[in-house]
Amino acid sequence: MSPLSRRDFLGAGVAAGAGLVIGFYLPHGNGGSNQSFSPNAYLRISPDNKVTIVVARSEMGQGVRTALPMILAEELEADWQQIAIEQAGASTLFGDQTTGGSASVRTTWDPMRKAGAAAREMLISAAALTWNVPRSGCVAENGRIKHTASGRSFSYGELAPKASTLPIPTDVPLKQSKDYKIVGQRIHRVDSPAKVRGQATFGIDFRLPGMKYAALSRCQTIGGKVTNFDDKESKNIAGVSYVGKVGDSAVAVVADSVWNAMEGRRVLDITWDEGPNKDLNTAAVLDSLKKADPKKSANLYLAGDPAKTAGRRITAEYLLPFMAHAPMEPGNCTAHYQRSRCELWAPTQVPQDCRDSVAQAIGLDPDQVTVNVTLMGGGFGRRLEHDYAVEAALVSKAINAPVKVIWTREDDMRCSTYRPASLHQLSATLDGSGFPVALTHRIVAPSITGQKGQPTPNNVDPDLPDEAGPVYGIPNYSIDYVMTHTPVPLGWMRSVYALQAGFALESFIDELAVAAGKDPLQYRLHLLAKDQDLTYFTTTWRTSRMRDVLQLAAEKAGWDKPLPAGHYRGLACFGCFSSYMAEVIEISMDKDQPRVERVVAAVDCGQVVNPSILEQQIQGGVVYALANALRAKITIEKGRIVQGNFDDYPPLRMDETPAVEVFAVASTEAPTGIGEPSVPPVAPALCNAIYAATKKRIRALPILS
Amino acid sequence: MADITLRVNGNERKVNVSPQTPLLWVLRDTLELTGTKFGCGAGLCGACTVHVDGRPIRSCSVPVSQVSGKSVTTIEGLGDAGLHILQQAWIAEEVPQCGYCQTGQIMSAAALLAKTPHPTDEQITQAMNGNLCRCGTYERIRKAIHWAANGGEDTSKKVANDVIRGGAR
Repeated sequence: MSPLSRRDFLGAGVAAGAGLVIGFYLPHGNGGSNQSFSPNAYLRISPDNKVTIVVARSEMGQGVRTALPMILAEELEADWQQIAIEQAGASTLFGDQTTGGSASVRTTWDPMRKAGAAAREMLISAAALTWNVPRSGCVAENGRIKHTASGRSFSYGELAPKASTLPIPTDVPLKQSKDYKIVGQRIHRVDSPAKVRGQATFGIDFRLPGMKYAALSRCQTIGGKVTNFDDKESKNIAGVSYVGKVGDSAVAVVADSVWNAMEGRRVLDITWDEGPNKDLNTAAVLDSLKKADPKKSANLYLAGDPAKTAGRRITAEYLLPFMAHAPMEPGNCTAHYQRSRCELWAPTQVPQDCRDSVAQAIGLDPDQVTVNVTLMGGGFGRRLEHDYAVEAALVSKAINAPVKVIWTREDDMRCSTYRPASLHQLSATLDGSGFPVALTHRIVAPSITGQKGQPTPNNVDPDLPDEAGPVYGIPNYSIDYVMTHTPVPLGWMRSVYALQAGFALESFIDELAVAAGKDPLQYRLHLLAKDQDLTYFTTTWRTSRMRDVLQLAAEKAGWDKPLPAGHYRGLACFGCFSSYMAEVIEISMDKDQPRVERVVAAVDCGQVVNPSILEQQIQGGVVYALANALRAKITIEKGRIVQGNFDDYPPLRMDETPAVEVFAVASTEAPTGIGEPSVPPVAPALCNAIYAATKKRIRALPILS
Repeated sequence: MADITLRVNGNERKVNVSPQTPLLWVLRDTLELTGTKFGCGAGLCGACTVHVDGRPIRSCSVPVSQVSGKSVTTIEGLGDAGLHILQQAWIAEEVPQCGYCQTGQIMSAAALLAKTPHPTDEQITQAMNGNLCRCGTYERIRKAIHWAANGGEDTSKKVANDVIRGGAR
């Protein structure tokens, strides 16, 4: 038996024949000491047998610090107990680190698997070389390489120095899902123990020696500016050390504690230039949607020619309001400006955007700005904005000391970005049996991306390709988008445009089923009966997969069984972020208000990485969406956001929260999104249940307005 | 500014702050006990829940002068040695998502169990309804409280949990 040559090694993947062999490039980290084994930026194995996996997405509750390492550890054949997790800050090693679009698992599934597999193959080679045996006699198992014939074994740590001298393979065999030991298991989240002890460090908890605290008074009129301010009263507050303008539209009060900064802000006297929006109100914004010119619409999807169909026509309009993310942890960021560099500790979904925006704001190069990512007390898209980071850096530069900027709940509610209001115009042409031969859906809404000055090719908001696709294989089917404009700041909120598009479509389909006198489940199944691939931008929506989740939800909900007296139910299905979702909602009515008794949710999101986290995400998405459907409404009067705290923007509480039963279709397809897809079916399923109870159709959200 | 003495997690602590400062900020900024969270500043969300002389209060809305000489328990002082049974329950039932509100949730639940060791669903709802969670963990919170009340067993109403139909593997 001869030692392994480089040629043998490179051929190992093919010889192993364990599964897929994929060529890849992985970024190479330079972390780790001498002797440590770090074949790529995601992994470091030290000689003392510590296996560190780097997570290059942000943890906001969705479980990435557990799920992403599970994927790498699976291929590495690691001992899960041995894994340490490291959070990456803004880096150039990992590509786009944005945490959003339900994309963390789906975009890191391949790189994390390949990172683990490459390391595993190198460790096998290191052992084979050390023992002077063929690689084929060595297996990786539970954090050790074993020589099957002799029973000898090495820990990964023992092999680290040798492995780090070997060439990094460019093709590695990946495991087949049937052999998974970690992926697919209910592995406990790594972040829970610190969170229940109160020892987890969220952005708001981070502190530096000598750090100051800042509260900012921002112009509450949209687009308004500071004319001048009088800081006499503020400076009389004990602990207040600085008051100064931040940009054009805010004044910062810096103090030795959060409370003193807030007190200093309370007595600050500012004269505002309210600017061009001082008379703006919600009615005017909604009116602009209704007046949008349909001739300016961009086509998102077209099958056949809806205009050339004849038959009974049904039309309906649906209207949705602005909504606020309202994560539990209010906005904050800590910055330490030190002339030629600036370091930040940010609860952010976009560390790289924070780095770049901060660099520009304070006149440094991006590589002079370091962004550390803290835990986040919820994100829901609000922390895709980098306003907190820029404010913190500007204040730190102004006072030349480390500072933490803290927002209050009212700041978060009134100076935020909002889910865009939207109008949906739908029409259908029905055949003699009441099924649509044609369906058109026109989405009228301002563009989030467009408002931020980023490109919107062909007048299509770039989010729509992930969030507004077709569900049914209707032969003549068009989806169009009319971009409008509003001064109201817009942001990406959990499921983004899918909430609006799904509400409109799935309410309308229910209206059609009622018009046809058919059961809403059977009506939908009929529309999904034929196997069809619906191509929508880069996604292919399969009617067969939607049919399966719809049937699964209906079966688990007992759709064909009678309901308790006074109970009613509705259903809806929708796909977004490449996942398929169906929900059945059961309600009772208390006078004219619905009480949600039970939610059954079924999903096809491909391979499930961690069933417990999947359940959490779907249960959480449903509860979030119930609040959106029932009550979430941001209104504007005289250019200002009216709502200010959880009393006038009330989330769901325990007494209104139903049990949410979660089921996933077994699948070995590559994983797709799970953070957001449970949101869109909730409002239509609930409104469809309300229709079943009351024969009243709700075409505008929120339900309790 | 005033000198105020508190008993926090069994230790006497002297602070020199404005007497109107909410207890929350004294705990977080002065005493560096950051497990107690700021959520709304108006007693609406419960993220800042601590115990004063054993009773759950919203520390964002109580001036520190009002708790002078009283005994304050925060999440950091909840388990005497190791984890309190509710903290174990929160891990066992995998309650936290973002986790931000969970210390306040646990403090409310601990006050409930101290008075009502075996709460009904209704009693749990009543005790926990002041604590908001935007991640929507309420049903797992309910299960975890039952788990703790039963000394570590899940005897709460079973919600279907065969997440993978037919078993993926």
